[in-house]
Amino acid sequence: MANTIATTHDSLHPTLEHPHVHDEHVVLPQHRHHFETENQQREAGSFGMWLFLLTEIMFFGGLFFAYLLYRNWYYPAFASASNQLSVPLGAFNTVILISSGFCMALGVYYAEVRQKTMLVAMLILTTFFGVVFLGVKGVEYHEKWEKHHIPGSSFDISEFVNPPIDAKTGKATEEPLAPDMAQKTQVFFFLYFAMTGMHALHMIIGIAVLGWLTWRAHRFEFSNGYVAPIENFGLYWHFVDIVWLFLFPLLYLINRHPLK
Amino acid sequence: MSTSTTTILNLPDQATATLPKRNYLNAEHGLLSWLFTGDHKRIAMLYLFSITFFFFIGGAFAGLIRLELLTPQPDLVASDTYNKFFTMHGIIMIFLFLVPSVPATLGNFLIPIMLGAKDLAFPKINLLSWYLYMAGGTFTLAALVLGGVDTGWTFTTPLSTHYLNTHVITAATAIFIAGFSSIFTGLNFIVTIHRMRAPGMTWFRMPLFVWSNYAASILMVLGTPVLAIAIVLVALERTIGIGVFDPTKGGDPLLFQHLFWFYSHPAVYIMILPGMGVISEVISTFSRKRVFGYTAVAFSSVAIALFGFFVWAHHMFIMGVSNYSALVFSLLTMLVAVPSAIKIFNWAFTLQKGSLTFETPMLYAFGFMGLFTIGGLTGVFLGSLGMDIHLTETYFIVAHFHFVMVGGMLMAFLAGVHFWWPKMTGRMYPESLSKLAAVTTFIGFNLTFLPQFILGYLGMPRRYHSYPQEFQVLNVLSTAGATVLGVGYLLPMIYLGWSLKYGAIAGNNPWQATGLEWQIQSPPLTENFLVTPIMDHEAYDYEWLAHKTEQEVTTVG
Repeated sequence: MANTIATTHDSLHPTLEHPHVHDEHVVLPQHRHHFETENQQREAGSFGMWLFLLTEIMFFGGLFFAYLLYRNWYYPAFASASNQLSVPLGAFNTVILISSGFCMALGVYYAEVRQKTMLVAMLILTTFFGVVFLGVKGVEYHEKWEKHHIPGSSFDISEFVNPPIDAKTGKATEEPLAPDMAQKTQVFFFLYFAMTGMHALHMIIGIAVLGWLTWRAHRFEFSNGYVAPIENFGLYWHFVDIVWLFLFPLLYLINRHPLK
Repeated sequence: MSTSTTTILNLPDQATATLPKRNYLNAEHGLLSWLFTGDHKRIAMLYLFSITFFFFIGGAFAGLIRLELLTPQPDLVASDTYNKFFTMHGIIMIFLFLVPSVPATLGNFLIPIMLGAKDLAFPKINLLSWYLYMAGGTFTLAALVLGGVDTGWTFTTPLSTHYLNTHVITAATAIFIAGFSSIFTGLNFIVTIHRMRAPGMTWFRMPLFVWSNYAASILMVLGTPVLAIAIVLVALERTIGIGVFDPTKGGDPLLFQHLFWFYSHPAVYIMILPGMGVISEVISTFSRKRVFGYTAVAFSSVAIALFGFFVWAHHMFIMGVSNYSALVFSLLTMLVAVPSAIKIFNWAFTLQKGSLTFETPMLYAFGFMGLFTIGGLTGVFLGSLGMDIHLTETYFIVAHFHFVMVGGMLMAFLAGVHFWWPKMTGRMYPESLSKLAAVTTFIGFNLTFLPQFILGYLGMPRRYHSYPQEFQVLNVLSTAGATVLGVGYLLPMIYLGWSLKYGAIAGNNPWQATGLEWQIQSPPLTENFLVTPIMDHEAYDYEWLAHKTEQEVTTVG
């Protein structure tokens, strides 16, 4: 057992005092002393981020589980209620979110090729699309507020019991629901607000982090090959996109049906 | 210190020995250097003190519960106060003691050293998780001071959302925050184990303590977020009155049960698995043998973690799940006994023909094996559908989970603290006192909880603060046992505290153990290793240890 566990050494923190050579690479100032190599540091960070996103999947998973359960039980209520959501607005937001994801991916690329100006521009664009998404979401929420479709004491089921008559065809625009089933539309709207609200909360946090990253990028912090924060945030942002790509069909699309 | 031939204590000469001049404890000074530390060992010590603090608060409530149950009449407190007692006891013990105890203290301290790393992968997140733990603890204390919670630790809806006017939201916030603390700890461990192993430290050279913490970390990372979302929904239902669990609005209280137990049953394994890791280390060291069937023991940890996710509904047999799913969950529940039994049998084979010595950690480990076996076997009773219907919500359940979690986890925690105390502090504790504490704990524990099996079988329900006269003898026995148990817990507090200043110098490897942590100085340096170690032998290789020359064992001083 040669050169084993520990030998005498005078300096306690060799890596803290002066940057020195590791594996013939110059050590970046962002290198943390407890990692052997920069590659190890980068891999650890990225692996940690993936694990964190796994916990996020489980977090949203509880809500998806609830949705699955109640959609089976109260199918008519969920169908009627989901017809209240605006597919054009949802589709528009989907495009917006994919655009922001595209800009973020480009941002990671420009960080890797060390183009600071383009990186900052892409981060700002990502932020812009994120804000637009939240704005549209706000419009949608406001519409639910006006129609008394927010669960609670002022929730109004009249539209589901007596659906409005279409002027052209003279028929009801929606299957009428029995009052007790119409009550169950509250469960749909609660899940709608819980799931999209949780998603929006993730976006708000993401936009705050984007601001911080943009400021750091502006200060040339990601222009020397140290791109881990940009890469890891990119993973987070794409995760938020993907959650929406499940939410959109689940809430807006799959229960829609042509009226007989 | 004992000088008998049976002991393997290998202590430095008392007259000349001193602690190493440089170590993680004296690397920096002042309170702030502790509160802003990134050193996993210092964070482990922060956890050790705060977890001990909460343990004694939780223990005080246990004492109050047993005091009330001394007599059949409800003469100490009113029923709602009693409900608050057992709720606070449950919340504190589960979320602030049992879940974090071994991973956050011993795991934090040892996992990087056992792998030959300088620190955990994310020291700042590690510190953050301690702050989250403290914030969770503060909210729990706030709920207590503001007037308490009486839902029981399970927050069962619709009781928690509609019928109680106590501080459910404060307590829910506490659990939400503390949950993130354990998510981050688990995440940090998994990344460290995957990415920070020293050269030669292959997966199957890792100590079993690392394996078991790895399995527990998977459970923390996957299970805790589901608890978090269930708790958020309870809070929303209470505040805004949404109806996701409320049957009058179309919701289903059973959904809460599913979400809650999806975390909270695996949480039992989050509690017990790291404890099993401790027992593997202790039994190997004091038998001077490699753990029999190392690979089987390693994989059984992962198997317990996996099965743990498929058995949650055995908490719901009498709550209206279908007969078919109850049958399936009953069978799956019994499957967990297989990997658990693999561990117990392999420890028994390790002991067989080993050179056993009976140091304090070994006594606790024997206590663990006995108590956990009883707890595990009674678990099979409860997993059986018919028996469960008779025994559920009685004191049989209370006795069962205390045998598993207190008899298992707490014994393992005490075994681990005694085993690694010389490494953590550089000092020994008085041996006779510590053995006395181990025996007292074991006797007190059995006296407390064995009568509860009988009480439960006879039909005494849990969560009641009064009971028929004929149950009094057994309840008096149980309360007497709790008193003995309390003494058993207080003793280590006293002598371990004493040893911090007056204990004998332990030296690097007082137990002649093989793990990497025993090959460096006690207490270790801030960065653990000056030169990254190269692992060139199997775990628990006592032949390797015997052939190491004296010079190689010597480390910096």
